[in-house]
Amino acid sequence: MKIPLSYILRNLWARRLTSALTAAGLALVVFVFATVLMLDEGLKNTLVSTGEYDNAVIIRRAADTEVQSGVEREQATVATTHPAIAYGQDGQPLVSKETVVLISLNKRDSEKPSNVIIRGVSQTGLALRPQVKLVSGRMFRPGSSEIIAGDSIARRFSGTGIGETLRFGQRDWTVVGTFDAGKSGFDSEVWGDADQLMQAFRRQAFSSIIVRLNDSQRFAAFKQDIESDPRLTLEAKREREFYADQSKALSTFISILGMTLSLIFSIGAMIGAMVTMYAAVANRVTEIGTMRALGFKRRSILTAFLMESLALSLAGGMVGLVIASFMQFLSFSTTNFQSFSELAFGFTLNSAIAFKSLLFALVMGLIGGLLPAFRAARMKIVDSLRAA
Amino acid sequence: MAPLVEIRQLAKSYRRGDQVVPVLDDITLNIQTGDFTALMGPSGSGKSTLLNLIAGIDKPDSGILRVAGLDITKLSEAELADWRAAHVGFIFQFYNLLPVLTAFENVELPLLLTSLSRKERRERAELTLSMVNLADRMDHTPAELSGGQQQRVAIARAIVTDPTLIVADEPTGDLDRNSAAEVLALLNQLNKELGKTIIMVTHDAISAQQARAVIHLDKGRLLDAGS
Amino acid sequence: MYALKLIFKNTLRHKLRTSLTLFGLMVAILSFGLLQTVINVWYAGAEAASSTRLITRNAISLVFTLPLSYESKIRSVEGVTAVAYANWFGGVYQEPKNFFPQLAISGRKYLDLYPEFVLDEHQMRAFELDRKGCVVGRKLARQYGFKLGDIIPIKGTIYPGQWEFVVRGIYDGRQASTDTTQLFFHWDYLNETMLKTMPRRANQIGIYFVKIDNADNAAAISRSIDSQFHNSLAETLTETEKAFQLGFVSMSDAIILAIRIVSFVVVVIIMAVMANTMAMSARERLSEYATLKVLGFGPGFLATLIFGESILLALMGAGLGIALLFPVAKAFSAKMGTFFPAFEIAPQIMAQQIGAALAVGIIAAILPTLRSMHVNIVEGLRSAGT
Repeated sequence: MKIPLSYILRNLWARRLTSALTAAGLALVVFVFATVLMLDEGLKNTLVSTGEYDNAVIIRRAADTEVQSGVEREQATVATTHPAIAYGQDGQPLVSKETVVLISLNKRDSEKPSNVIIRGVSQTGLALRPQVKLVSGRMFRPGSSEIIAGDSIARRFSGTGIGETLRFGQRDWTVVGTFDAGKSGFDSEVWGDADQLMQAFRRQAFSSIIVRLNDSQRFAAFKQDIESDPRLTLEAKREREFYADQSKALSTFISILGMTLSLIFSIGAMIGAMVTMYAAVANRVTEIGTMRALGFKRRSILTAFLMESLALSLAGGMVGLVIASFMQFLSFSTTNFQSFSELAFGFTLNSAIAFKSLLFALVMGLIGGLLPAFRAARMKIVDSLRAA
Repeated sequence: MAPLVEIRQLAKSYRRGDQVVPVLDDITLNIQTGDFTALMGPSGSGKSTLLNLIAGIDKPDSGILRVAGLDITKLSEAELADWRAAHVGFIFQFYNLLPVLTAFENVELPLLLTSLSRKERRERAELTLSMVNLADRMDHTPAELSGGQQQRVAIARAIVTDPTLIVADEPTGDLDRNSAAEVLALLNQLNKELGKTIIMVTHDAISAQQARAVIHLDKGRLLDAGS
Repeated sequence: MYALKLIFKNTLRHKLRTSLTLFGLMVAILSFGLLQTVINVWYAGAEAASSTRLITRNAISLVFTLPLSYESKIRSVEGVTAVAYANWFGGVYQEPKNFFPQLAISGRKYLDLYPEFVLDEHQMRAFELDRKGCVVGRKLARQYGFKLGDIIPIKGTIYPGQWEFVVRGIYDGRQASTDTTQLFFHWDYLNETMLKTMPRRANQIGIYFVKIDNADNAAAISRSIDSQFHNSLAETLTETEKAFQLGFVSMSDAIILAIRIVSFVVVVIIMAVMANTMAMSARERLSEYATLKVLGFGPGFLATLIFGESILLALMGAGLGIALLFPVAKAFSAKMGTFFPAFEIAPQIMAQQIGAALAVGIIAAILPTLRSMHVNIVEGLRSAGT
């Protein structure tokens, strides 16, 4: 292209205020766009890391969540004798019969309540989740009224920090440790001894059973056996899939809301770009005529103005993206509609999102700048020179 | 010798709303290579329009217009653009320099349409600027130059591609007496020493005196055909 | 007033620029209004709450139940005039995305507690007589085409099995904002099935609804009720219906905050666009402002011109945005179906929209006004065409 890039960039600088305002509008839109994508990605990351590929979750048939599910003791015994289940080093099957309930806790800052998952696990339950690591304090002693809390919960809810106490089931439960579950869903849970919790809640049935398969490929057969067994009213899912399914509604909600908003905002930004570029063209009518008189072709003029618009949107896009990247320091916690309990997740930026955001910015710049650029190119030379 | 510019029965009118306003009617004239011709006439006489037609930035309704043997009325828009880049040097009343470019860059601009290398462009532009005595102000933007200096930059830009023809539309219209004299002297120099063919539109008799031939127009018609 | 005429003519100058800006304003104000309406949906339950209704639930969380035996004890507390109960059924109709609330209720006693639900007396009687009968809300019925006598099959999740309910009544809401997306059936039917299939889960109540005589006594009565069951197996937490509903809202408060922030951002974006437009217009008219000054007009007049134009544009855009909000919200509500139970555009939202538009108009005009008020006459006159 014959018209130098420096001409284009300097024109943007010459009208700094206008360029800055337009770029700012574009930056905001890209910020929202990128943030939504990052939130969705963060949610996906949390779900993917919640659950091992080799683990399977057994719940009552037609129950969507562990809270809704109930697995009778007899059925649990039958299900856990399946040959596909792996054995631990102690010669015991890698099986954890767990009880999951929600308790209403108050947030530290606002005093407002929210539902938090309390999971009663067995010692094997810890082995089944290698991503869970204690970060302070110690593990609860089996047979005691001690509990440990996930990072995210300990920070945000009253009574869940180390040394603090929760009261439920007519007992006091002391928090003796906090754990980091690698940004998975378990970060938003409180764990305790399964037997103790079941006693406190007067529960006879488990909520779910987590098992490790000795060969991941055998899952299909395992699932088939469990679900077709006439003695059982259970179903099995891969642990990862199970948790992913639980957050589908939330994920869909975030995506749809986010994309709709970005689309609406982009209209505002594109209009801003259009207004700016039309004014730029109007202001440089004589220049355009001069360049045409000198011999620059219509196409060069068109390209020059389009490039100006694209440069603006690229600048705005990069600023928006940089600001959005700071969102990674924040975490987002809300009630997952399906499981009715707290779920904390973060904002994750990856190169695909960065690319999409910049592309979005460029598209906005292209659409916003197209019509004005056409107007610039279509001008008759004599008319534009006469406008001096 | 064949004239550089051959015009036969050239006509042009403009549309204003639903009215058709004739601007040029049956213009026939020749301009020889090396001429320095002034086009004079009252406001509305069509002199600027004639200049625009000769320079290829507007098209006549009818007639023949040949420059260096080429009938430019038959060229397409794109071809005209290329032709202008190679053959015409423009000087405007209000200089029409690009405000965001320096004097040097303004002069370099037409060279971007040629296939010269960067080094060659730089040499040419610097040479031309020193010809108009503004080599020391190369890096100034138009805002930092006086009217006379800006017009000299514009002249440098007009000759940097070594065009066949130089056209000037009221080149001294916006200048004070001294700057105007400088500019006219420069044009004279270009014509006498470098043999450039110059066609100048002016309404100022003093400027016209610098030219070697004067053509008068009134109401779109020639009053005479050469001096 | 001459200024007004000038202002109006100025907006007509650059028709393209003006219409683009108006379009942007319209989209922004419309989105702002729509987002606020969506936020209001969350608060709809709390808004509809009655000050003389209390909710008693298990103190641990909603996931735990209360024994049926509590009913008479609650009834006997001073200040309580009526008690009803319900269990959240949470089943699936055809597929999970067809969500709507299903409650197993203590028959007529529950519906009497909610005078905002309007049900024809004949239909009420038919419901009472049919143990598998159910009452559905008008919006729900309309969405799935439920008619009196239809059998609705529901797959239970919390209470497993295939269930069937016969539509015996369709209730309407007394106000536009009343939730008519619910399905009510008999708790007795739920219980008798539980007694047969899972006796351990029988005779358990999800929530008790308590009607009291005087709203002022709410706190005291709540404490009374809870003290009845202190230190028992199932301790209770009693609160006003409004507090209960707000509890749900606070569960999503991160999302609500995000939406509020976003609705603020959309206004900021359009503010940037407006500011841009006004700045450009002002710069182009610098020589005119200089001329006005020569003629003797003061900076106040110039300020009036610019602010006037900006505010006029903003209000026009707002008007369009407000007018469009009604059809768009209606379409949105229809699309979302039972996820969007209460549809009402509160006058408060329109006021907010106008407020947002005014803010945009005023702030966008500040910088250009300052610039033009102080323009040097000579320089201004020379800048014609710059």
